[in-house]
Amino acid sequence: MRPGLTILILLFITGSFFMIGAGQHDESGPFNPTWLELKIPSGWPKPAANIFAKNRLSEQGFQLGRKLFYDGRLSKDGNFPCASCHQQFAAFANYEHDFSHGFNNSFTKRNAPSLFNLAWMTELHWDGSINHIEVQPLAPLTAPNEMAENIDSVLRKLRKDTAYPKLFKAAFGTTEINSQRMLKALAQFTGSIISSNSKYDKVKKGEAVFTPNEENGYSIFKNNCAGCHKEPLFTDNSFRNNGLPLNIYTNDIGRMKITGEKSDSLKFKVPSLRNVALTFPYMHDGRFYSLGQVVDHYVTGIQTDQPNLDTLLKKRFPLNNREKNNLVYFLYTLTDTTLVKDPRLSQPK
Amino acid sequence: MQSLKKTGRRYHGMSNQQTYRQYFSLLLNLPAVMGAFFLLNFTSPAETAMKTGILKITLRNTVNGVSLVLNDSLYTNVFGESYSVSKFKYYISNPGVKNSMLQQKEKSGYHLVDATIPVSQNFSFAVKAGEYNNLFFLLGVDSAHNCSGAQTGALDPMNDMFWTWNSGYVMTKLEGRSTASSSINQRMEYHIGGYKGKDNVLQQVSLAAAVPIVISAGKTTEVIIETDISKWWQAGNPVSIKETPICTTPGQLAKKISINCSRMFMIRSVRNN
Repeated sequence: MRPGLTILILLFITGSFFMIGAGQHDESGPFNPTWLELKIPSGWPKPAANIFAKNRLSEQGFQLGRKLFYDGRLSKDGNFPCASCHQQFAAFANYEHDFSHGFNNSFTKRNAPSLFNLAWMTELHWDGSINHIEVQPLAPLTAPNEMAENIDSVLRKLRKDTAYPKLFKAAFGTTEINSQRMLKALAQFTGSIISSNSKYDKVKKGEAVFTPNEENGYSIFKNNCAGCHKEPLFTDNSFRNNGLPLNIYTNDIGRMKITGEKSDSLKFKVPSLRNVALTFPYMHDGRFYSLGQVVDHYVTGIQTDQPNLDTLLKKRFPLNNREKNNLVYFLYTLTDTTLVKDPRLSQPK
Repeated sequence: MQSLKKTGRRYHGMSNQQTYRQYFSLLLNLPAVMGAFFLLNFTSPAETAMKTGILKITLRNTVNGVSLVLNDSLYTNVFGESYSVSKFKYYISNPGVKNSMLQQKEKSGYHLVDATIPVSQNFSFAVKAGEYNNLFFLLGVDSAHNCSGAQTGALDPMNDMFWTWNSGYVMTKLEGRSTASSSINQRMEYHIGGYKGKDNVLQQVSLAAAVPIVISAGKTTEVIIETDISKWWQAGNPVSIKETPICTTPGQLAKKISINCSRMFMIRSVRNN
């Protein structure tokens, strides 16, 4: 081929690429997302997981994730949006349910955890089975006893919708709807939920004072509980055996299922105590309905003959009734009423 | 010339208004187009093409030396166990070729080879012209991509190769039936995954080429790799269907099978087109 002709052809192809690009541009309009930064509460450590490193947080991405979070179409029969087990008024846990309801009258196998401060977690779920916030929704979405759907079917439903293509375009630049974008949008919403405005936080900032009972409860907490429920997140995100007998109905061995290590038998993730008054029932199987029962477990209920019992629980916690009550009074100060009423996090109109 | 034809067809499908807009945009982009013109004039395209050729890798799935037929064919393994195959999928990551001086690797090359999808069984990438004596790839998905969040393309979780209960990719998947299996419906099901510590099933495969792989500038060289499923059961580690018809979690068995898997591959031929 003559060089001149080659250049002519290349020029033609190059030109047509510009035109194709321009065509798309016209069809879908400009891409001007409002970029956001995750606000780290003052005095908090840096987030453990840089969850927005490859998923830049924007108002449009957050709003798309919010809509998806509340959309029943992510489940097979339309009844089980993410929000069905993660309710805002329960700090995004499932109010009053030991196990949550799923597709076809089924139950989940574990208590739904609350969702906030996820940017500080590197491993999600009670057994740490999920290694990244973006892939977490795949678990409930495909579980036959939860949302019972498959990704392909969800994407088809979203593509048929009149609103979603526009929202995906606003968030990601084009109307394309794929699994990666859906998961990244959900991560922008759930990863942005921060709980940092409880009475405890206000006391720390000097904006409020504890009552004498709460103050006493706080010292009891620091002496007995803070080893695992580390401030300010009220968890150290570790996996521990806290001396609960095996649930013989679920036979849930916890972390061992993921690592295959006997030494991980009956270990579960230490949950945050923030908003704990709202997230009952407690433990991985929701076996305790009140904070009083939980405190009683640590005082008198720990099964001490378990080989993997956490070393921090081998000592006794000899609390009297007044101390137990004061500890619970302190735990009440961890309720963040701003979080549960934040209109930005509620079901979109 | 083919791309020119394609571009032409594209035009016919467009409305006048679109065409008008595109001509207008061509005018706007004229400086860029002119720039491209000058650039092309100064670095001769012929010179650029001199440096690289295309390596095309084709994978042929076989059992005991014959091409794999899904569902309808019965095969026998070294233990005399009869089985059929309904699903056979595996990830090939970051493939490349090397010689004593030079290594050429595909950038972000992730390929899911699926026995039910013929187009998934070959892929191509540009390689510097030269003579290579080794072809290599990772069987599975590198650990970084197992824990970096939602991926797309070959790594899309929609491809049924991502564990939702224990984040990470299934690196190789073999399913079928066997009369030797005591599992439900005489099922055999192997989902080989795990990327952490002792459960890591990732296998670097390195295949020596008996005939050198010659990459010539501007040309395509095809390397045909044969994947032999019969190695699944015995290639250093005996794996009988009777004893272990199912493996769907990371662990020792998965690790054993992954070592066998890494020995399934051999270069059948090299074609310089």
